[in-house]
Amino acid sequence: MLKYLATRLALTIPTFLAVLTLVFFVVRVIPGDPATAALGDYASQEAVTALRERMGLNDPLYIQYFRFLADLARGDLGKSMITGKSISEMVRQVLPYTLELTLSAIFVGALLGVPLGIYTARNSNTTIDYIGRITSLAGLSVPAFYLGILIMLLFAIKLKLLPAVGGGDLNDFKSNITHLALPALTLGLIMTASVTRLTRSAMLNVLKEDYVRTARAKGLPERAVVFRHALRAALVPIVSIIGIWAANLIADSVLTETVFARPGLGKMLVGAIMQRDYTALQSVMVIYTGFVVVINLITDLVYSLVDPRITH
Amino acid sequence: MSLDSTDIVEPTFRLRSQRRRLANTFFRNRTAILGLILTIIILLVAFFADDWFVALPQGKTPTPLLAPYDPLLQDARNRLSAPDDDHLMGLDSYGRDIWSRIVFGARVSLMVGVSSVAIGGTLGVIMGLLAGYLGGAVENTIMRVVDVLMAFPSLIMGLMVLAVLGSGIFNMILAIGIVLSPTFARVAHSATLSVKSNEFVEAARSIGASRIRIIRVHLFPNILGDMVVLASIWTATAIRVEANLSFIGLGVSPPTPAWGSMIRDGTSHLFDAPWESLYPGMAILITVLAFNLLGDGLRDILDPKLQQ
Repeated sequence: MLKYLATRLALTIPTFLAVLTLVFFVVRVIPGDPATAALGDYASQEAVTALRERMGLNDPLYIQYFRFLADLARGDLGKSMITGKSISEMVRQVLPYTLELTLSAIFVGALLGVPLGIYTARNSNTTIDYIGRITSLAGLSVPAFYLGILIMLLFAIKLKLLPAVGGGDLNDFKSNITHLALPALTLGLIMTASVTRLTRSAMLNVLKEDYVRTARAKGLPERAVVFRHALRAALVPIVSIIGIWAANLIADSVLTETVFARPGLGKMLVGAIMQRDYTALQSVMVIYTGFVVVINLITDLVYSLVDPRITH
Repeated sequence: MSLDSTDIVEPTFRLRSQRRRLANTFFRNRTAILGLILTIIILLVAFFADDWFVALPQGKTPTPLLAPYDPLLQDARNRLSAPDDDHLMGLDSYGRDIWSRIVFGARVSLMVGVSSVAIGGTLGVIMGLLAGYLGGAVENTIMRVVDVLMAFPSLIMGLMVLAVLGSGIFNMILAIGIVLSPTFARVAHSATLSVKSNEFVEAARSIGASRIRIIRVHLFPNILGDMVVLASIWTATAIRVEANLSFIGLGVSPPTPAWGSMIRDGTSHLFDAPWESLYPGMAILITVLAFNLLGDGLRDILDPKLQQ
């Protein structure tokens, strides 16, 4: 296990490095001069040249690249070209909002999706199963921002139960949780659709297996058959879909944060693109992809925990 | 076309009875039929948005049946008016007919959906075929690039490519195509690996067929079926990504109607005119659902476990 952990970790490093390199070069080929973008179209030539010099844009590309990597290694994300604020500081302010949103959405998705999937699998080809399948396919088809708007219309505008927009105060539990509820429900329901579908098909496959019949034949209570024998084996694809969704949800938070006007990484990303803030764009991309690489790593490690058949 | 000695036994040409069984599998699946019907309706609406005129008494200009109003025509006095007999889904904040805009918006969604899948599919299949057949260093390089591209969630990747290319419909098609290509590459790669091990490939190689010929004549037709299924599922995704990007504000430039940007315009009037966002959203939901249902049905055909 330790050896596997070491190899898997070692494999993560080149992937992350490749991703970083891609982000660096993609941001460099964005048309337009960053210095001109920062100073505006009417800036004097001298001011632009001076800023380019200060930002290190006149250095050869490979020097810029190694400086980018060295800064990252020290945890320095640079300064925003538009506001001049430290990007690390900006990220520190918004990251908790995105993290709490993503984590609570995963929680909602797994908590609703897995039981629903088991239930529909055990009642396959009944009316309930049929309704469940159509509903979960609809859940896969609805764009996150539209579901967000529907939920906002219902709970915030019609029923006036919860606040419609904003992120709330992180230090005030009540304000935080009421602002979190609707966006988390939005993303959570979309994930529920996927998890239900996959849990259903995984359970259907496993319930047909001989050992499940054996377990029933030896007189085990149905609950033990389903949860101890069948679910354990179905857990591998379920874990993998939850892993995939964790990465998707981080990206989909861009949309929910826009709909609910919540501060967060996604909002920062869209802002950086709209204002052509290249340093901020580069940093946010690095953080997003870093998350995805780490989530993939965790998913792989959880595999071997839930399925003892996977040996390394 | 001359007959070539390498045109020997190929499983591509499925027996008629087998084909009929596949068709039966599809047509027995009620949800797949629903998807097919919805898809056809949506395609017809997009194609004939400004055709099929309603006959009117002489002297009046005939209006198109599907979209009774010009999607760009503004009626400033009645802006944000609620749905009524004249305007099925009400007017937006510029006083434009929402139903007519949805009808024309179908063109943008379908065009982006289908073209980006065509681009992504072509790129991905070429990468997957080359990697799967040539193997070795080529395979390693291509598949590692695919791994890196897959590390980006599709929306983030789409945003990144659009940041480079700038917004607009053609850039969006290209961006979504690039986003989709690694998935196609991965499936094409594994499909190629399994087809490659067949004896007819070895037979072709043994009588001296060139690599390009083997890929073109023996491998490509055999992985095409899988790719078509993948294409119908990813068209649904492409349409959803297009809506997402339009909603963020990076899509088709205004005033061209696109569903995502229509919803975006409506978000500032959710309190007093929710219909401005609600109806275009339903259009996206139904369209994506239709392609998903269709793709699900097609996938069941190819799943050997269900064919027994």
